[in-house]
Amino acid sequence: MPTLEFGLDTFLPVTVDQAGLVSGDQAIRNTVAEAVLADAVGIDSFNIGEHYRTEFMDSAGHVVLAAIASRTERIRLGTSVTVLSTQDPVRLYTNFATLDAVSNGRAQLIVGRGSLTDSFPLFGFDLADYEELFEEKLDLLVRLLRDQPVTWAGNFRSALTNEFVSPPIPEGHIPTWVGVGGSPQSVVRAARFGLPLMLAIIAGRPERFAPYVELYKRALEQHGQQDLPIGVHSLGFVADSDEEALEIQWPYYKEQFEWAARERGWRPPTYEQFLAEVDHGSMYVGSPETVANRIVTTMQTLSLSRFDLLYAVGRVPHDRRMATIELYGREVIPRVRELLAAVPETGHPPPAAVRS
Amino acid sequence: MAMAATEIPDDLRTPTGPELDDLRLGIVGAGKLGTTLARAAIASGFDVAISGSGPADDIALTVEVLAAGARPATTDEVVRHADIIVLAVPTHRFRELPPDLFAGKILIDAMNYWEPVDGDDPQLTAAADGTSMIVQESFPSARVVKSLNQLGYHQLEENRRPKGASDRIAIGAAGDDRLAVRQVMRLLDRLGFDPVDAGPLKRGVALEPDGSPIAATYTAEQLSNLVSR
Repeated sequence: MPTLEFGLDTFLPVTVDQAGLVSGDQAIRNTVAEAVLADAVGIDSFNIGEHYRTEFMDSAGHVVLAAIASRTERIRLGTSVTVLSTQDPVRLYTNFATLDAVSNGRAQLIVGRGSLTDSFPLFGFDLADYEELFEEKLDLLVRLLRDQPVTWAGNFRSALTNEFVSPPIPEGHIPTWVGVGGSPQSVVRAARFGLPLMLAIIAGRPERFAPYVELYKRALEQHGQQDLPIGVHSLGFVADSDEEALEIQWPYYKEQFEWAARERGWRPPTYEQFLAEVDHGSMYVGSPETVANRIVTTMQTLSLSRFDLLYAVGRVPHDRRMATIELYGREVIPRVRELLAAVPETGHPPPAAVRS
Repeated sequence: MAMAATEIPDDLRTPTGPELDDLRLGIVGAGKLGTTLARAAIASGFDVAISGSGPADDIALTVEVLAAGARPATTDEVVRHADIIVLAVPTHRFRELPPDLFAGKILIDAMNYWEPVDGDDPQLTAAADGTSMIVQESFPSARVVKSLNQLGYHQLEENRRPKGASDRIAIGAAGDDRLAVRQVMRLLDRLGFDPVDAGPLKRGVALEPDGSPIAATYTAEQLSNLVSR
């Protein structure tokens, strides 16, 4: 079995407490505390998103990761995802090579095109170049990570000639995954660059992504690449019992998706839809045993070696987020490892999640 | 294992013509929506050609794995392949296609405009009668029908049901060319959905984001009531 990785993902949401909304700066400091706890309870990685909106404070995640690095020992520090299309790969490299140095080799990345496009007008990029920007920037980033000095030319930034960009990183450092929301071309691209694949599955049955896993494996073959790991990012919340987890998560989920619904013109989700997502979709909500079983099923179905949980959807208070982290680290992950180890690679899938 | 293609006689172009089933479908766009629709159409017995933005080879593996049986093609080949074409490209890119590309074809506009994803597009933002009216203006010789834009990819995938199933859901179709709407409704039925006539193209605005049918599932009766308000 390949090395398994269980991570936490956050977009640094502005949360609530008894007094109302916490301030953005407080939300950032709370996140550092959450990551420190994640390290203490044995979670493998802590990964920060990239947004430019009033409800998320993750616009400069690498700074937060550096703060976390100084207060943690083992946990890997990454992104979920970096919107590479509107970043300068050289700057991204210098930030994360430096993070890798201060954290003693714990930096990692997930890069993607991003599902929202707020960063395009903000940084002066044209959405018409959506595909070309990502392709070109990924090419340069991969060269900086793998093979310096770099000689490179493209359409969207100045060329590099025999350039060493400091600081150097040891070979194989800063594992870089490609985050994909379901675009087949992005799956093929990840394979072509020989980068591991991270699937963002935020609604519906996870097994519908099985064809994408197949596509990735076939594309790796076609491009002469070795077998590479596959991971999934999904949403969830853990509490002592299923009832408690549903009761706490639902109002914040509802609120969050009502905003999204208003912005995109969807109908907001009903409680029944939420329950369906929890039962067999992409919300991992419940007791540690329930959540562990659902994660195992997804990992088996899609041949995953990595699972990242975006913990607590919406403005769930800091203390509840901390409780979820504690249960995920101390109970869910050990249970998932135990269940996966109990199943022979060619054996039957483990029992499906049973909701009490 | 593509089905034999049937040539459509000219007299089907009048509403009184024989109801021959044309089992050919073209899909322009090989992303999430395009490949999901191709898979559904193949499973429903259609002969499907699909294109991405470049040569057919670029999408060959994707089509082989995600929609086995569909034919990867260039966009020109897709247009020649069928009388019904689904436009499933990113909304911010449809204007890159030539205006006369779909001349005489039934063009299903399956796109949605979401500003946070597609960027600010003043013309689409201001389209009081719906974005499909702008698509029709961009392809004046096409017979535009707004449909297949309502559901998320996983909803399209998970909700296909045989005719008469008690939990079959509805998809609307709006267009000014009534024969085109009727043919799209037959397509929807074959794909596994109850078709609902949503009226002329400008009424298609009821099927859009901010119209309530988006990303929600309805029976034919519920959807008919919603779009006739």
